Amino acid sequence: MVIEALPLQATAELFPNGISRYAVGGLLVGLGTVVIYLGTGISAGASTFLESTLSYVSDRSRFQQYVSSRDWRVVFTLGIILGAAVYAVVYQGGAWTTDVQPWRLLLGGVFVGIGTRVGKGCTSGHGVCGVGSASKTSIAGVLTFLAVAIITAQLVSALGVSP
Amino acid sequence: MSDDRHPAFMPLILVGGLIFGFGLAYSHMARPEVVLDFLQFEDFGLVFVMFGGAAVTGVAFVLGPRLLGRAPLTGDTFERRLKSFDRNVLVGGAIFGVGWGLSGICPGAAYASLGIGNVTILWALAGMFLGAYLQGYWRTRSETSDTAATGAD
Repeated sequence: MVIEALPLQATAELFPNGISRYAVGGLLVGLGTVVIYLGTGISAGASTFLESTLSYVSDRSRFQQYVSSRDWRVVFTLGIILGAAVYAVVYQGGAWTTDVQPWRLLLGGVFVGIGTRVGKGCTSGHGVCGVGSASKTSIAGVLTFLAVAIITAQLVSALGVSP
Repeated sequence: MSDDRHPAFMPLILVGGLIFGFGLAYSHMARPEVVLDFLQFEDFGLVFVMFGGAAVTGVAFVLGPRLLGRAPLTGDTFERRLKSFDRNVLVGGAIFGVGWGLSGICPGAAYASLGIGNVTILWALAGMFLGAYLQGYWRTRSETSDTAATGAD
């Protein structure tokens, strides 16, 4: 708990769980990206894995353009899963499962799958790599999906859907 | 570059992924509930995840090219992640926003969620692959008449 929240009322209300877990986690997400970037020159995003992996099972040209990168993208994704598993074993003390309803996950996933591909990136590609590059395209992408996500989540909540 | 790849290429990708995934789990991004709390203004902590990550990459994107010249494992030049701006960025961003706001899940966090033992997230992963396939299927069909090539990361 290096960066524990300041004992201010406002801070406690905005950050009920403190900020250290978010700040430290975010720095590590950035560090993982930087390790790959400095070694290879690749600024990796997580959503291209969806299309590149589909190239193993589909001959469509849209997916085949990722054949040269699909192997390392699988390794990257396995690394993400393993890294999270290390966290689960060390800090979480076992498996954790969500209470968010399956239909929300499935339907949301479809929108995410379409949207990241049409929009050229996701929270890691645009949000971390793109914003880190001060890319105007990525900043526009982030502001768009952030605004729409906030509206959507508020609407869903207002309709009484929980969790 | 597939055959003459540096032997450390894949191990480095794996290590980078490990740190990335550990960070996502540590930040609780891998828990949809925490993301939804953020989007409903109940916990603003996730601002630190995205901007913390972007701050670290921002520094490396500036210093990397100056200190290293070329990437040691590929010999490639360092380039900023700059994608062309067009209407698709806004349309796709909005579609992604609907999905993110509905489910609390984005691609990287979904993979990490599987790692923290959240098997229920397979619903979201199935949805993402389905969505990416539908988009690719549609895009391939429309590209037969419109040959505009699209880059992707």
